[in-house]
Amino acid sequence: MTTPHSVAPNAPQNKTDLFVSFTVLALQGFGGVLAVVQRELVEKKQWLTPDEFVEDWAVAQILPGPNVVNLSLMIGGRHFGLPGALAALSGLLLAPTVLVLLIAIAVAGFADTPVAQGMLRGMGAVSAGLIAAVGIKLMGALKNNPMGMLTCIGMGALTFIAIGLLRLPLAWVLLSLGPLSCVWASHCIKQRGAA
Amino acid sequence: MSITLTLADWGALFLHFISLSLLAVGGAITTAPDIHRYLVDETHWLSDTQFTSSIALAQGAPGPNVMFIALVGWNVGLNAGGGLAAGWPGIALALWGVLITMVGIMIPSCTLTFVATQWAHRNREMLAVKAFKGGMAPIVIALLIATGWLLTGNHENPARDWPLWVLAGATTLIVWKTKTHLLLLLGFGALLGALGWI
Repeated sequence: MTTPHSVAPNAPQNKTDLFVSFTVLALQGFGGVLAVVQRELVEKKQWLTPDEFVEDWAVAQILPGPNVVNLSLMIGGRHFGLPGALAALSGLLLAPTVLVLLIAIAVAGFADTPVAQGMLRGMGAVSAGLIAAVGIKLMGALKNNPMGMLTCIGMGALTFIAIGLLRLPLAWVLLSLGPLSCVWASHCIKQRGAA
Repeated sequence: MSITLTLADWGALFLHFISLSLLAVGGAITTAPDIHRYLVDETHWLSDTQFTSSIALAQGAPGPNVMFIALVGWNVGLNAGGGLAAGWPGIALALWGVLITMVGIMIPSCTLTFVATQWAHRNREMLAVKAFKGGMAPIVIALLIATGWLLTGNHENPARDWPLWVLAGATTLIVWKTKTHLLLLLGFGALLGALGWI
């Protein structure tokens, strides 16, 4: 009846664990935290399976607000309710805020120099590569998808063309392909349940 | 740059970030154009240089991209309080700016996310919830790859920018196939950039 679903081997032990874990991963994330989240929470700590990560990331992406912030609220809230969500959120934001302000004070003036611009260019290229690599790694999670691998690849290709090549606004793409894909997934789940 | 902000102005700033919060679908950076319009063009509470370096600095520093909002608030506070030269009162007002903008941008979206995802988790066996997650999965994965592609392809001059593409491509391969520490890769990118090789 239900979709075969892997269960994550580990879970956060308590709210301190959540706070510390999110602080540690936030401080490693330059130019965005996504690649680090996948590495830390899926590969190292194994709080989430790749399937769960993709599902949660989909929700975090759709809801307004920074994706990683949404993900921290979801993971914290799932294990320890509102206090857990707040612990994960403050872990994610507190140390980076203090640090970014200290950096702002320290480098006032330096940020506009050619060396700093060059460093940002180099780090920008690396973080682009990191994000693409996370996407490629997560493709494996689609093999358990109710729609089947072939439909998933087709839907993914359409999304890539719309956003990456045609540069359509994100909202258009999510509001057109999103419902289409969800209705088809719902159909496939019902079919599987009936079989 | 020096400005004077009344209590009503701070209120307006707070309300503006509250109203932006629910529009930030796809990340905080999507609100950047509107923040520029409001703070740089309309109210003149922030200079264009301060806006641009807030974004650059947030990208260069660790943490989520939303940190650029904290820096925007910091700079507005500095402008209102006489800057770092004014000593502690200046810093206090800058921190107040951080608080106003960050709390404003966070409260609505965080509340919605928490309530919606708690509901979805309690109802995770419901068909609609499963269909949503299954249906969105391939789209979300493609979005990640497209984001990586766009961040690299943004540099429109192939003759000059090809090293950026090589670096991004090599990074993708390394992260995909090995367990190399991500900070090592970022440090390497920063070094290549600082030396002017890319």
